[in-house]
Amino acid sequence: MSTPILRLVAQRIALGILLLLAVSVLIFAGTQILPGDVAQAILGQSATPEALANLREQLGLNDPAWLRYVHWLGGILHGDFGTAQSSGLDIASSIRVRLKNTLFLAACAAIVAVPLAIVLGLIAVRYRNGFVDKLISGLALASTSFPEFFIGYVLIFVFAVHWQIFPSISTVDETTPFLERLQAVVLPATALTLVVLAHMMRMTRAAILNVMQSAYIETAELKGLKPFDIIRKHAFPNAIAPVVNVVMLNLAYLIVGVVVVEVIFVYPGMGQYLVDHVAKRDVPVVQAVGLIFAAVYISLNIVADIAAILANPRLRHPK
Amino acid sequence: MGLKQIPVTAWIGLILTGAFAFCAIFAPWIAPHGNGEIVGDVWEPMSAAHWLGTDNLGRDLISRMIYGARITIEIAVLATALSFSLGSILGFTAAVFGGWFDTLMSRFVDLLMSIPTLIFGLVVLSVLPANTLTLILVMGILDSTRVYRLSRAVAVDINVMDFVEAAKLRGEGKAWIIFREILPNALSPLVAELGVRFIFAVLFLSALSFLGLGVQPPDSDWGGMVKENKDGIVFGIPAALIPAAAIAVLAISVNLVADWVLNRTTSLKGGRG
Amino acid sequence: MADSKAQSGKLLDIRNLRIEATVYPPGEAPKTITLVHDVSLTLEKGKVLGLIGESGAGKSTIGLSSMAYGRGGVRITGGEVILNGRDILKAGARGIRALRGREVCYVAQSAAAAFNPAHKLIDQVVEAAMLHGTATRAEAEKRAIALFKKLSLPNPETIGERYPHQVSGGQLQRVMTAMALCSEPDLIVFDEPTTALDVTTQIDVLAAIKDAIRDTHVAALYITHDLAVVAQVSDEIMVLRHGRLVEWGGTRQIIKEPRQEYTNALVSVHEIEHHEQQPGTAPMLSVKNVTAAYGGGHVKVLKNVSVDIYPGQTLAVVGESGSGKSTLARAITGLLPPEQGSVVFDGRTLGNRLADRPKEDLRQLQMIYQMADVAMNPRQTVGTIIGRPLEFYFGMKGRERDKRVAELLDEIEMGKGFIDRYPAELSGGQKQRVCIARSLAAKPKLIICDEVTSALDPLVAHGILKLLLNLQQVEKVAYLFITHDLATVKSIADSIAVMYRGEVVRYGSKSKVLTPPFDAYTELLLSSVPEMEIGWLEKAIKGRRMASAGN
Repeated sequence: MSTPILRLVAQRIALGILLLLAVSVLIFAGTQILPGDVAQAILGQSATPEALANLREQLGLNDPAWLRYVHWLGGILHGDFGTAQSSGLDIASSIRVRLKNTLFLAACAAIVAVPLAIVLGLIAVRYRNGFVDKLISGLALASTSFPEFFIGYVLIFVFAVHWQIFPSISTVDETTPFLERLQAVVLPATALTLVVLAHMMRMTRAAILNVMQSAYIETAELKGLKPFDIIRKHAFPNAIAPVVNVVMLNLAYLIVGVVVVEVIFVYPGMGQYLVDHVAKRDVPVVQAVGLIFAAVYISLNIVADIAAILANPRLRHPK
Repeated sequence: MGLKQIPVTAWIGLILTGAFAFCAIFAPWIAPHGNGEIVGDVWEPMSAAHWLGTDNLGRDLISRMIYGARITIEIAVLATALSFSLGSILGFTAAVFGGWFDTLMSRFVDLLMSIPTLIFGLVVLSVLPANTLTLILVMGILDSTRVYRLSRAVAVDINVMDFVEAAKLRGEGKAWIIFREILPNALSPLVAELGVRFIFAVLFLSALSFLGLGVQPPDSDWGGMVKENKDGIVFGIPAALIPAAAIAVLAISVNLVADWVLNRTTSLKGGRG
Repeated sequence: MADSKAQSGKLLDIRNLRIEATVYPPGEAPKTITLVHDVSLTLEKGKVLGLIGESGAGKSTIGLSSMAYGRGGVRITGGEVILNGRDILKAGARGIRALRGREVCYVAQSAAAAFNPAHKLIDQVVEAAMLHGTATRAEAEKRAIALFKKLSLPNPETIGERYPHQVSGGQLQRVMTAMALCSEPDLIVFDEPTTALDVTTQIDVLAAIKDAIRDTHVAALYITHDLAVVAQVSDEIMVLRHGRLVEWGGTRQIIKEPRQEYTNALVSVHEIEHHEQQPGTAPMLSVKNVTAAYGGGHVKVLKNVSVDIYPGQTLAVVGESGSGKSTLARAITGLLPPEQGSVVFDGRTLGNRLADRPKEDLRQLQMIYQMADVAMNPRQTVGTIIGRPLEFYFGMKGRERDKRVAELLDEIEMGKGFIDRYPAELSGGQKQRVCIARSLAAKPKLIICDEVTSALDPLVAHGILKLLLNLQQVEKVAYLFITHDLATVKSIADSIAVMYRGEVVRYGSKSKVLTPPFDAYTELLLSSVPEMEIGWLEKAIKGRRMASAGN
């Protein structure tokens, strides 16, 4: 591997870290500087001024905003996300369990969705403008219009209520055995898959089609190569980067879809944790979870960019 | 262009969209019952008296749906209008003036877009008062980043074309260049995007309301109605599926129209039409 | 190879070829159009047939039919393509694959796009030979290196180890020729192989291709729009227009004694009589020691350039891509403010930046672009496009404006029927005429013409040049004529500036610049312009002193 590539990758990662830092400022500012008194929110309208002042002191609300930010970020870098206002529980330990649950659900969905989307995308390219292709783009149009909860409740209605194959509520805890856990996430994972599948398929189709319409594919065809060899030798090496890019962007999208799907299936993950605490106006939890979602999202985007850098022959073999 | 050249799919989209808009505008006159009026038992099945049955509090579901259309579409339209005017004005300005304004705006938009919209929306809603104005502002501003990106990209592409350079060499002012040279050519992608942004606003609002963070009771949009009736699902009562399906149908119909607009005027071919 | 299969000397025999395509005009029902109407041709072993015509003549489509290939939805719907004694249109998918890359190979116009960016050149060069089993890897590589040598590529032993983007355009075109020759085919289809290259690079590639054809005894279909180029390499020439045969004959007959009027027009297209005017006493516009750069001064594209333009005369600025000729236009118009030096117009120094110039200065200096279709707002009618300068500079309105627009349309030989048309409804030549009318509307003293004819077919370009010369007589306007085409220069210029890498290397009256003794670059440039004369290529190569810029 050559130095310019390493430099580009390092640059991209550094840029990502910088972006994440800026995002942390934005999230902090979005929750701290906007109108609304945290102490008031916790204690309610009937609180005495003394109690309010005490709580403000205790929460460090009298410090200037930048100092509170530095304390907050410093804590996070040491794995300390503070405590939840509503329950007094340690945020980091709550997150640990829930993050694992969420990643498990997302991984289950991704394992099904990614290969399926790529295969269907390839089929759409192979039978371009044919019936299958039209059906796929029609489904894609429909599925980008479906709200997650429509898909989710239809699944529950059919598979949990009508046929009673899967549970309608996906309760798991740390003691749940693996197979039971798997059974619990079948419906939410299916819902997530359906949410991202069409989009990912459509983007894969576009990426591969773009490669297939290049002049070098014509060159290969005019050398007398078989269609399969053309795809394997000439299309595939050039399609890796755009397809990885598509996959990563859709995984980022999937992470967001998790929020609603977890609420539908009452699955104890990060999304449900976030939504619960937004309703309780528990700012420390919202900040922490928001930051983690943003970090995952940004990381997936960085991976997509790095894949594109690594697969680019112009960068791999500089002049 | 004659009516005959409009494809069937676009017709379906236009008719359905029109029907939804009609319900939204004339809700008080066409709804058989009031929005909050309790008319029967909880979750009554579909009947001649209550076409779609009743909801979790015994209110007439079809009347709730019609009022829900009004709230859903009203908020989505206002949020889209805000995101569009904000995003396109800033995007065009950034493209034509360039320089520090462009750099500053574009970097800030990059930053906003590096956080998923729903997540950022939830974070901000955790500290803001829960009312319709907040919803419209949050939805509009967050979504304007997408409109900004598109309109800036379109305007930058047009701004470097020879006919704009010719106008600059002639000595035309910025106003002529924006409104007479760039805007007419940027209009069709922007109009198609308008549909896409509206769908996004409907879905975003529905998601927020479903999560209990959007429109607050006793009012309720379709997403909120899904939330109200979701507990019926496990008993086999499909009341929650009806508003959910309505959202899907509305989104599909607008999508069909937007697709048609985009295909009809894909490129800078110009001319009539 | 495959020689035994052929009974006679005929390698390729195309009979009554008909090629169709389905087009999807927006807002209308799809319709089938015929691209090639019953064309027949024969080609003997080892011979070269040139296919020539303007865009839309169907020449590439016919060339690719020899490989039973239709590009982008194009279908061969009638006739026979007999190659080595059999009709390949009936060969089936497997049979067609067996002949592609073995009996017939293809060299594309843009080798840069035709090579796969992910693989080394050598892997792509030997691929077809190995696929069809005509050579082992080692043999094929040896053959490839020998071909690289023959095509005078630098470092023939190692150039195959490079990736496409690491090699220049002219070299890549020769590597593609080596790729076609590597499987020792009977026929190669050359599809405009030198069109995308600069003129001084083109001559090298052309010579390399010609030598390779001669030494390997391969037959070739050579497709191009440039009659002078095809005259250098072909034994016979076939002239096509709108998918129909116009004339087919020996190279000498076609260029010396064309029988059809259309062929005659193509042959004589460069000949415009233009008598050089003597420079007046005072120049109208002087570019004085201008230095300009892009990217905040990092890339110097103009170095100390000085030229003068006299009233009512034409200064031609000639150079290849990257010579800085278009940048000179940008510096004069104020789009790219010069770092040093100044532009003096009518005795006063013009503002460096566009924004510093008064409206009157802008009016006096107009510009016409290479791509007429992007130089006009697609949402404005011809009337608005030509009328706007009248409105803007002279405050003309309503009937007065319309009357003047109609006059201008007459001047560009189009007539006022076009006033309500949109640019998309005009042909390429008409678009350029409207652009000319728009610049004339300002009543300028100088029009900058940036490659205004290079995107047009030769006959259309010819018409535009004649129009520009006539207008110069009538309107007494001066031209700064930027071009890479020396033939155009000869027909229009009064004085010439030759540019090379940002500098003016030769400057003076037309007769002086075109009369020896030459500097090395001007000589290279002049000697590289193909002339419609058999044997020109060999003569030109022999007489060269300087290697071309592309090597």
